[in-house]
Amino acid sequence: MIVAKRPDSLLAVPTHYCPGCTHGIVHRLVAEAIDTLGIEGSAIGVAPVGCSVLAYNYFACDMIEAAHGRAPAVATGLKRANPENIVFTYQGDGDLASIGMAETVHAAARNENITIIFINNAIYGMTGGQMAPTSLPGQVTQTSPYGRDVTQCGYPVKVCEMLSQLEGPEYLARVTVNSVKNVRNAKKVIEKAFRNQIEGKGFSLVEVLSSCPTNWGMTPQNALKWIDDKMIPYYPLGVYKDRSGEEA
Amino acid sequence: MAEKVLMKGNEAIAEAAIQAGCRHYFGYPITPQTEIAAYMAKRMPKIGGVFLQAESEIAAINMVYGVSAAGKRVMTSSSSPGIALKSEGISYLAGSDLPAFIVNVQRGGPGLGGIQPSQSDYWQATRAGGHGDFHVIVLAPASVQEMASLTVKAFDLADKYSMPAMILADGTIGQMMEPVSLDIGAQKTYEKPWALTGTKKQRKHNIVTSLYLQPDELERMNFERFKRYEIIEQAEPLHEAYRMEDAEICVVAFGIASRVSRNAVDAAREKGIRVGMIRPITLWPFPKKAIADAAKQVKAFISVELSMGQMIEDIELAMKSTRPVTLINRVGGMIPSPEQVLGGIEKIAGGETK
Repeated sequence: MIVAKRPDSLLAVPTHYCPGCTHGIVHRLVAEAIDTLGIEGSAIGVAPVGCSVLAYNYFACDMIEAAHGRAPAVATGLKRANPENIVFTYQGDGDLASIGMAETVHAAARNENITIIFINNAIYGMTGGQMAPTSLPGQVTQTSPYGRDVTQCGYPVKVCEMLSQLEGPEYLARVTVNSVKNVRNAKKVIEKAFRNQIEGKGFSLVEVLSSCPTNWGMTPQNALKWIDDKMIPYYPLGVYKDRSGEEA
Repeated sequence: MAEKVLMKGNEAIAEAAIQAGCRHYFGYPITPQTEIAAYMAKRMPKIGGVFLQAESEIAAINMVYGVSAAGKRVMTSSSSPGIALKSEGISYLAGSDLPAFIVNVQRGGPGLGGIQPSQSDYWQATRAGGHGDFHVIVLAPASVQEMASLTVKAFDLADKYSMPAMILADGTIGQMMEPVSLDIGAQKTYEKPWALTGTKKQRKHNIVTSLYLQPDELERMNFERFKRYEIIEQAEPLHEAYRMEDAEICVVAFGIASRVSRNAVDAAREKGIRVGMIRPITLWPFPKKAIADAAKQVKAFISVELSMGQMIEDIELAMKSTRPVTLINRVGGMIPSPEQVLGGIEKIAGGETK
């Protein structure tokens, strides 16, 4: 009996992610959702600029690399061209909540029938640990060496809370993957975000609180604990909007 | 003979695009090209197409990138400052070898500039607005009929060479009305095996990207792309020669400037001055050979432009500065009069070359 195996939608190639980074877990959850829903043949993924820029090498479905922040616009084009395709973006916090904020908000306002996987690790990973739009107050980064000073840099952007004010979006949820229990929940939520698109319901975004041990300067274990201690109190987990009224 | 209808230049572009099989339009309002969006907003829903007013020019060009990657004909249109915003996306299209149709109905600049006609985006268009080594095919219509016919040609060239193609028009050609035939003939189809349509679990996944982290690989991509550009520079330059048979002076002008210049050439001929005109129809590839050949025949060139003198550099390069070139121009939304151009021709004919 097979207890666990690599999802078919994830290619058998090594990834470039740092040890302890949760991108690997989230990639696996996305691939499992694609497998479970039987959409590998119709799925198209949009990779961002940031740590997951090379995601197009890891997923077995058709993939495209978008300019920084523009993934929701590229996904809009792909979905409008062939509505039968299941189109998802995979974006980090700098990509989605800073340079690409306009594309994020307007895709949500249009209730564009796409799925967005939003990795919030409160830092710019690929460029070496600069302050992100989601870096916490007081968080030390390369570009906030004395800690994020909210009087100068403002406050972190709470994407799910903000988007939940719009009429448009179908489904907004925040999850994390720092424990077995949380991974299991994230799996259900991500699957729902894809199922919504298959059912034509519209814009579904899953924010995943993620760890960046390398740029946080922590062991992988402490990084997962930091999510519990610091991130979840600022970014509470849960479903922020679900127009179908079901619990994930 | 095909039936002719009276249309604005901008509308002719829109209808010709539909006739060419384009069913996806993304844009953002900006004067003086908004008629294209308005026309598409009316027509697309009736023919099963997509019209979407994007949140920005940046979003619009990235929606274009998505549709093109899916293998379908797609367009966006804008005017000068809006094209500047699209330039990153145009670079991504070129770097990913994707076809797309882009319209620039130019207005005066720089900055917010004005809303009146201009040709001051010649450098932006022909030197490729955007980062990195690349070109886009640039077509310059001089009539409403050409707005239509060059639109169809742009779609074909974009698909043929898998790269963006642009109409570089101006506010005058965009806004004026002329009779136009929209009988564009049979549509060509192009194989797009790279298109993202879902693997159907029957093929390896397709990837559309312009990222090459290995420098030797990125170099190879650039070399290969420029080999394609060389073919285009040989095969695709287009120009119209007007009264050049015995000309001693050659006026070079495109778009609205060529219409003014044509009147000036006729008036100068009336006065016995042997002058003709070369009208580039493709600005990239520039009709270098036509200019070089003319240099063997004429004593001097005149470049008539609605800019501070941008195309004039291509004329100098094409004939390797073997003949003097004089600039006759108006800018900021002003258009030279036939009398201004005639005055310039008369000065050159009288022996003055600069």
